[in-house]
Amino acid sequence: MSSHPERSDAAPLSRVAVLTRFATIGVIVGAVLAAFAWAAGWFTPARLTPAKLVDTFEQVNGAHPGFRRNHAKGVCIAGAFDSNGAGASVSKASVFGAGRVAVSGRFALAGGQPYAADAARSVRSMALRFRLADGEEWRTGMNDIPVFAVKTPQEFEQQLAASRPDPATGKPDPAAMKSFLDAHPQSARAIATIKAHAVSSGFGDDTYNSLDAFRFVDAAGKTSAVRWAMVPLQTSVTETTEQAAQTDKNYLFDALIADVARKPLQWHLIVTLAQPGDATDDATVAWPADRTQIDVGTLTIDRVESEDSGACRDLNFDPLVLPAGIEASDDPLLGARSAVYAQSVRRRAGEKKDASAVTATASGSGSVR
Amino acid sequence: MNRPQRFSVLSRLLHWLMAVLVLAMLFIGIAMVASLSDYARLVAIHKPLGAAILVLVAIRLINRLLSPPPPLPAQLPAWQRFAAHASHWLLYLLMFALPLVGWAMLSAADYPIALIGSLHLPAILPRDAALYATLRNLHSILAYLLFATFLAHLGAALLHALILRDGVFQSMASLRARSTDRHDTSSDPA
Repeated sequence: MSSHPERSDAAPLSRVAVLTRFATIGVIVGAVLAAFAWAAGWFTPARLTPAKLVDTFEQVNGAHPGFRRNHAKGVCIAGAFDSNGAGASVSKASVFGAGRVAVSGRFALAGGQPYAADAARSVRSMALRFRLADGEEWRTGMNDIPVFAVKTPQEFEQQLAASRPDPATGKPDPAAMKSFLDAHPQSARAIATIKAHAVSSGFGDDTYNSLDAFRFVDAAGKTSAVRWAMVPLQTSVTETTEQAAQTDKNYLFDALIADVARKPLQWHLIVTLAQPGDATDDATVAWPADRTQIDVGTLTIDRVESEDSGACRDLNFDPLVLPAGIEASDDPLLGARSAVYAQSVRRRAGEKKDASAVTATASGSGSVR
Repeated sequence: MNRPQRFSVLSRLLHWLMAVLVLAMLFIGIAMVASLSDYARLVAIHKPLGAAILVLVAIRLINRLLSPPPPLPAQLPAWQRFAAHASHWLLYLLMFALPLVGWAMLSAADYPIALIGSLHLPAILPRDAALYATLRNLHSILAYLLFATFLAHLGAALLHALILRDGVFQSMASLRARSTDRHDTSSDPA
């Protein structure tokens, strides 16, 4: 080993010492590499990841490039939220100060089939993006079911996998779903609750629930566990059998477009406060009906537009895009939704886009926001 | 011999601070994309940390131009000299590129770029899904490249420390505030 003239004090190393030192370097560099591989999950290939969950969606629904992997069929909406100021008592978020905030969003049907025929029992969703001052945003995705069917992302993936069509029959294996529900009585109960709720006639007279719990933080730093819902001002009408038997594949969306063209649709945003002991980490369980509810303002939707021209298709309605004053709860679904939506948007953003099932050009009196 | 033997105190401080931050960033990044339960928590650290690294690397580049590093040992072979310079400039390039690509891709995807509390960065690109997909993939590729360059840097540093013992490792690793005598920097057995 030649030594630097300035470092002549370094004694020559023996051959064994050189080899030992090379081995030491190899071990140190290898250990960092191994730690990186561990963090990446390469040593735990069985662990459920966002990519694997989205893979399961693709296996169940087939490939539909450019579309969301779930809630694939939808339309873009826009309007405004008029806050009455009542929410400011529980959250410092600027959206709850009295005043008007621009909102855009999306109505959709759950499921990963972008061309599926509308059906009464399909879960309907309302996703919203509130654009606040100074670049802050509040994004929320709500469903028209009273509770969610599963408590954890792992259970979600198992339930989804159980609905995978059998290659032989093209239909899901009923035994697979039965064995999932037998192993998860909590999900069986939640699904019974979901099946028991009255389905409204369309998007416009439906109630949309956050399902997951969140935490509101007020100006003094006090936190409250909450869930929220969009409750229609329109009179809710139960879906009729004739309506459900319609042959129009897009009858729910067509009715929505006609409704908004006639006059704007409105919802009250109702915040429900948990009592101590109400589960915040379990979306399969509804909170008791007597919990305090605060009407914090009115959502007005005055524009509907196809995803083909609207801006909602590539937007991620990540439920954890929250303004200061609203925080995630300990609900394990929230972080998983955030991770899986990011994976879905990453995949579809780079794909060629086919025309959406609902091709209506803009309707309603509202303008693009 | 009156040329500097070591990096300045500020250079060493910036180096070790950023070493910790960049390595943490790489681990957070690779862990968060594979995690369902910790994704949101890790993203909430990843974004402000990325912004901090962008600010620090800008300070560091100015410092590097103002305060040149000590020369490499004269007997270092030309290819090692080239590898040292190329890898250092690659590290600088990647430390700038990763946060900038991250910022640009979040802009293209129309995400709010939240740092801490209600503090947000403005978008630097218009909404563009296809551009987002490209930048998102580029972000991963550059991150792997940065990690590979870091491993090479670590291996080379240890080679200087344990085998060459030519003072290169001490020029950055020494904790002493000031040194006029090269022997002060030595931790090798004489």
